[in-house]
Amino acid sequence: MAEFFRVWAQSLALVGFVWACAQPAQAITVRDDRQQKVQIAQAPQRIVSLLPSLTETVCALKQCHTLVGVDRYSNWPEAVKSVPRVGGGLDPNIESIVALKPDLVLAAGSTRGADRLQALGLNVLRLEPRNHNDAQRVWRTVAQALHVPAADSDRAWQGIQAGVQAAVQSLSPAARQQRVYFEVSPAPYGASASSFLGETLTRMGVSNILPASMGPFPQVNPEWVVQAQPDVIMAGDSSRVSMLQRPGWSRLRAMQGQRLCVFKQDESDMLVRAGPRMAEGAQLMADCLNRAAGIAPAAMGSAK
Amino acid sequence: MNANTRAPLWALMLLTLGLTVVLLGTAAGSQGWQAWWSAGGDVVSHQIVWDIRLPRSLGAWLGGALLGLAGAVAQGLFRNPLADPYLLGSASGASLGVGVYLSLWGGNAWAMSSWLGLGLTGAAFVGAVLAVVFTLLLARGVQQTLRLLLAGVVVGVVLGAVTSLISLLQPQVLQAMQGFMLGSTALVSWTACATMAAVLALCLTLAWVFARVLDALSLGEATAQSLGVPLPLARIVLVGVISLATGAAVAHIGLVAFVGLAAPHLVRSLVRCTHAWRLLLSALMGGALLVLADVMARVLLAPQELPVGVLTAVLGGGYLLWRVYRDADTGARS
Repeated sequence: MAEFFRVWAQSLALVGFVWACAQPAQAITVRDDRQQKVQIAQAPQRIVSLLPSLTETVCALKQCHTLVGVDRYSNWPEAVKSVPRVGGGLDPNIESIVALKPDLVLAAGSTRGADRLQALGLNVLRLEPRNHNDAQRVWRTVAQALHVPAADSDRAWQGIQAGVQAAVQSLSPAARQQRVYFEVSPAPYGASASSFLGETLTRMGVSNILPASMGPFPQVNPEWVVQAQPDVIMAGDSSRVSMLQRPGWSRLRAMQGQRLCVFKQDESDMLVRAGPRMAEGAQLMADCLNRAAGIAPAAMGSAK
Repeated sequence: MNANTRAPLWALMLLTLGLTVVLLGTAAGSQGWQAWWSAGGDVVSHQIVWDIRLPRSLGAWLGGALLGLAGAVAQGLFRNPLADPYLLGSASGASLGVGVYLSLWGGNAWAMSSWLGLGLTGAAFVGAVLAVVFTLLLARGVQQTLRLLLAGVVVGVVLGAVTSLISLLQPQVLQAMQGFMLGSTALVSWTACATMAAVLALCLTLAWVFARVLDALSLGEATAQSLGVPLPLARIVLVGVISLATGAAVAHIGLVAFVGLAAPHLVRSLVRCTHAWRLLLSALMGGALLVLADVMARVLLAPQELPVGVLTAVLGGGYLLWRVYRDADTGARS
């Protein structure tokens, strides 16, 4: 398997190299999320990415071989696990990043130290994908910055959108009628309709008990959930235990009917990252909704 | 006061220690000390040593010196050995500034661009200074020590609550705030060093000029007044010194715990001297402590690094406790 990846990576690198040689060097100017112009003279060959969704975007654009450093939370695809770690978005290791001599650094808008990296002469592109619109803009910007032809990147994006659409259409009419509560952490924080997760649910036509007006990830009063009586509850792995202990929650219809989907960490990654795996994330939610709609009371455990 | 003659010796020793560690710091980091040897030829190694390690080591020293100085002034001015630089609300003010900045960043583009010129550092500094001004307003001036202390506590609690509220409403701010609260020297640039050096020079001069007033104050407020020292003016200037020094330090290296409290205590236990020397020694001690902690933070888990604030809290707290118990056992006064 490792051999396969090595050959695969090498052939990719070769294709990339031939492609890079065939292209005339042409400077491209892109605008980042702070409205700063970033000039990229030629296709970057040494990229450091400080945000998992940006790492995934680079790889989905078939430029994985150009990554020389990633943040400690980047864990997909398999190939990035062997790329050197350079700290996290909040505590990037400036010295390690500079030592890697990157020709492009991809960072979240909130990354501390992005200014410092820029002052040290590195080319820093700040992008903050938070919702579906952002995801498309960021995809295009990264593709431009990486000198990927627009036709190729647009085709790949359409592929991703087709995947989301397929997930939406896989919903049964009954599944579409349900009202959902999505809990992102046991504080409890929920995902409202204005979050990336919430937008995916909205595209599926199901309604969210947390309206967009509450902000993307509002802290929720457990009482609110009891009163709202969601048909389905989706949650991360960390919420499962504490949910059962909340007063009144055992009488929630969704809990009594076991219409509860608990997503494991790697599944949660797909759901919350506004990146190229949004179709897989949407499919996870669609499967959960279909199962919840299909079961007679008390017949379902957790998702998976 | 013949102990004063030992003070210059201590000053020289602490300065040498601090600067030696600053130089040692240029050999410590995730790329190992090898970067030092190749710094002559290799551009990247040169950049790592000169533009990353040297400014951050120097920045740690300057930040520690500012906190040590502010702590010594606070303890003298409030005649309270528990006083620390964050007493007048500057720490919570700086956190609030950072919180507001970060939450605006996440929001609309207009606020983003208008705050952009200021940056995170500017936001922290403005927050720290505004918090002290707020404290002074609540205390109606600087003339009553007790009122000032109480106002500082109130401002600290209230601004802390507002910061909590912001991070509650915007969870994405929470993590970034945490990074700031732990303190780190990783992002210190030469510009930051220059700013801190200028502030340190200004604050040291002002504090040195009014050190005589602190000597008089140590005999009690009534005695100080009867000695004819310019007490009201000194109070205003020294509160200014505390807030300026703390604001500059916090803005650049975050909320580094304990250095401001521990440095003056260590100086007091080492040498008995007048405030003029004590202020200088506390600054030098603070600098030496923080740069030592910073180099350790870089080396202990290399190639990863610890937030320096965690290390100063553990080391400073432990050492202070040890001193207190040792002094109590031998019956000496700390």
